[in-house]
Amino acid sequence: MNLEYGPEYEDFRAEVIDFCMEYEGISFENTSSKNISRSEWQKILIEKGFIARAIPKEYGGFGGETDIIKSRIIATELSKAKIPGGMGGQGIDMLVPTLLEWGTEEQKQHYIQPTLHGEMIWCQGYSEPNAGSDLASLQTKGELKDGNWVINGQKIWTSTAQYSQMMFCLVRTEPQAPKHSGISFILIPMDTPGIEIRPLVDMTLNAGFNEVFFTDVTVPEGNIVGKRGDGWSVANSVLGHERGSLADPNATMNRLNTLINMMKEETIDGRRLIDIPSYRDRLMQVQGKVMANQAHSLRLLSSKINPGQNVKLGGMIQKLVGTELRHEMEALAIDVLGEIGTLYEETPRLKENGSFQFHYMYFLGLIIGGGTNQIQKNIISERGLGMPKEPKVQEAS
Amino acid sequence: MYFGLSEEQNQFQDYVKKFLSDNVSVDEIRKIANGDDQKLHEDIKSGLMNLGLSSLLIPENYGGLGGDLLSAVSIAQGLGTGVGPISFAGSYVMAPIALSLGGNDDQKDKYLPKIASNEIKFGVGLSEYVAAREDSGIELNKGKASGKALFVIDGDDADFFILSDKGGTMFIVDKNEKGLEIIQLTTVDKTRLYLELNLKNVKAEVLQETENNPFVIQKVIDAGRIILSADSIGASETMIEKAVSYAKERKQFNRVIGSFQAVKHMCAEMAADLEPCYAMLWQAAHSFDHDPDEARLQACQAKSHISEVAKMVSKKATEVHGGMGFTDLLGLHYWFKRIGLNRQILGGPELVREEAAELQGFNQ
Ligand SMILES: Cc1cc2nc3c(=O)[nH]c(=O)nc-3n(C[C@H](O)[C@H](O)[C@H](O)COP(=O)(O)OP(=O)(O)OC[C@H]3O[C@@H](n4cnc5c(N)ncnc54)[C@H](O)[C@@H]3O)c2cc1C
Repeated sequence: MNLEYGPEYEDFRAEVIDFCMEYEGISFENTSSKNISRSEWQKILIEKGFIARAIPKEYGGFGGETDIIKSRIIATELSKAKIPGGMGGQGIDMLVPTLLEWGTEEQKQHYIQPTLHGEMIWCQGYSEPNAGSDLASLQTKGELKDGNWVINGQKIWTSTAQYSQMMFCLVRTEPQAPKHSGISFILIPMDTPGIEIRPLVDMTLNAGFNEVFFTDVTVPEGNIVGKRGDGWSVANSVLGHERGSLADPNATMNRLNTLINMMKEETIDGRRLIDIPSYRDRLMQVQGKVMANQAHSLRLLSSKINPGQNVKLGGMIQKLVGTELRHEMEALAIDVLGEIGTLYEETPRLKENGSFQFHYMYFLGLIIGGGTNQIQKNIISERGLGMPKEPKVQEAS
Repeated sequence: MYFGLSEEQNQFQDYVKKFLSDNVSVDEIRKIANGDDQKLHEDIKSGLMNLGLSSLLIPENYGGLGGDLLSAVSIAQGLGTGVGPISFAGSYVMAPIALSLGGNDDQKDKYLPKIASNEIKFGVGLSEYVAAREDSGIELNKGKASGKALFVIDGDDADFFILSDKGGTMFIVDKNEKGLEIIQLTTVDKTRLYLELNLKNVKAEVLQETENNPFVIQKVIDAGRIILSADSIGASETMIEKAVSYAKERKQFNRVIGSFQAVKHMCAEMAADLEPCYAMLWQAAHSFDHDPDEARLQACQAKSHISEVAKMVSKKATEVHGGMGFTDLLGLHYWFKRIGLNRQILGGPELVREEAAELQGFNQ
């Protein structure tokens, strides 16, 4: 066991801490004196090499080497100093790595830079009304006609579609081929004629996702990533990125601190919530889980830099454990606040902007999205523990 | 940076696991638990002791290996996998730490080398300091101890006991001392023995550095809690392995039961909850060795969280086995009971969580 990153990294940490002090208190709010726009901030972070580190300069990245220890130091220090990190979203987190792996030179040149700079927002068009967990049964159709893909069909649950310039979409282009090998990965500008977007309001009362309808939507042949029929592999190569990022341990730690502070401030009959033994006991249980989670993320980091350290099962459990933990933590905040915990949206006596209720619901969404937690348990038991797959049911004719 | 057990620690753990799987099957465990075969038990004990368990935590200048708590953790995990029916947490972890930190030079000279060479053995009874149940509790008066100690750890065959008064002053009593009555307690887990000691004006040799200095007893308790947690992790690991492999064999409705999702998901839940416990355990031991400010909180939280996860595993793994899981024949219950016992010793989850809260100033 050696938890030291070494002097080189400690120098780097000092550099990051200096940076955090320089930008202390910056905010994206107009009302703040230290106001900065998101895209300006994004550029500053890229220039420092704090994000997009290993992405070549010609595509708008920093052009350095991948260094996951540095990335961890950056994430930890920014989070501690409450300095906002870089932009996320499906374009930056999923599409960019996909293009780096599968894209043509032209696609990389065209899409990566504006995506990194937050000028091109992407949505992920995978799920359909009849293709959720069983994604490979998707039916949105793409036909090649006169050098263009002509697309017809429907997507659903498409997060941020209404704000996006582009969609990366899974489309069935080889109807004769077996289920998994008939799919292609196609890039679609959202202003193409024939696209209709209908926002769907989710349980948090935000329109977090959408239905997207395609009627003869026509995009150039060259908008395909990978070859015809490769779409399943292209999409799967980065699904792991999404799953790992759904419950960031730094965010979880910050959230625990918010909960603790709240329990010290709020009272029942003048008694602090944290002084009530049954509430305190539940807090300590959640803290134990958060600590285990933190330590586990260090073990995973270690396995990435020490070849031979096998933590395969450990990687598979992250989405399941991380999202359930956040949901449980927000539920605790609501319980200890009692009636006050039910307040939401604009109302007197609201605590923390209603964020406990919001996250309680939001993380239920993440328990379902990104591969449901039941599907995660299938993956853990089958690929992690080597248990048998479900027997296949013959298709009804 | 490397987060995990070292190659050497892994190897040591593998020796222990291998010894147990080669020599201590469920049949042997049953004989030992029933007290049916003293010779067998002695052979197993000495086989394990030959791996060097007694000298692990003794400093090198006293004839030991000078290992740290993380090394002891790696062994305790191994012992837990096979419900190792020998003393460890008390005799070879808590006692050496108590003597090293709390003893004066004479006391260290007198006891440490002999623990290392396995000439003497210590039992450790600190339950009254953690939480005194019923009529337990000991008072020290001018070198004489009176009162009762419950759940003395590793007291079988002990030559000496390390006990403490309510203030955390620790002392040694010799098993042959006048006024000492030794009573055997029987818990659900008969693979390890716990004692009650009844003291009436018994001569007590105070560990000098522990007088008015609860720091030492706290360290000793932290270490004990971490080692018990490691034992429970090992036991949980085995229970999951047994459940998964049973589920791959047993057939119902013309299918192996491991192809039923209800069964797969129980297994996935056990694995997902246990997996982060390893890192938590190692982090707690590492802090014990290198980061004293963090150590107590981590020891409390590890004891609490790991006890909870292990309890869940012990239940679900039994369920996966169906009626067979409930039988004595299969012997899964030995692991179940080990987990149940470790959970309560040196403070159950609620008590240690309360301590964790106190450490952070959460209850005023
Ligand atoms: C907040 C949120 C954001 C999303 N964003 C996007 C997005 O941007 N783009 C996109 O393409 N999709 C998105 N989705 C869709 C998401 O991927 C799907 O909702 C998810 O994969 C589940 O599919 P489904 O909703 O059709 O449920 P179903 O697959 O119908 O599942 C219903 C229930 O059956 C269970 N179930 C299904 N199959 C199995 C099985 N084999 N074993 C055990 N249980 C099973 C599920 O676990 C679930 O409990 C989002 C979803 C949410 C909630």
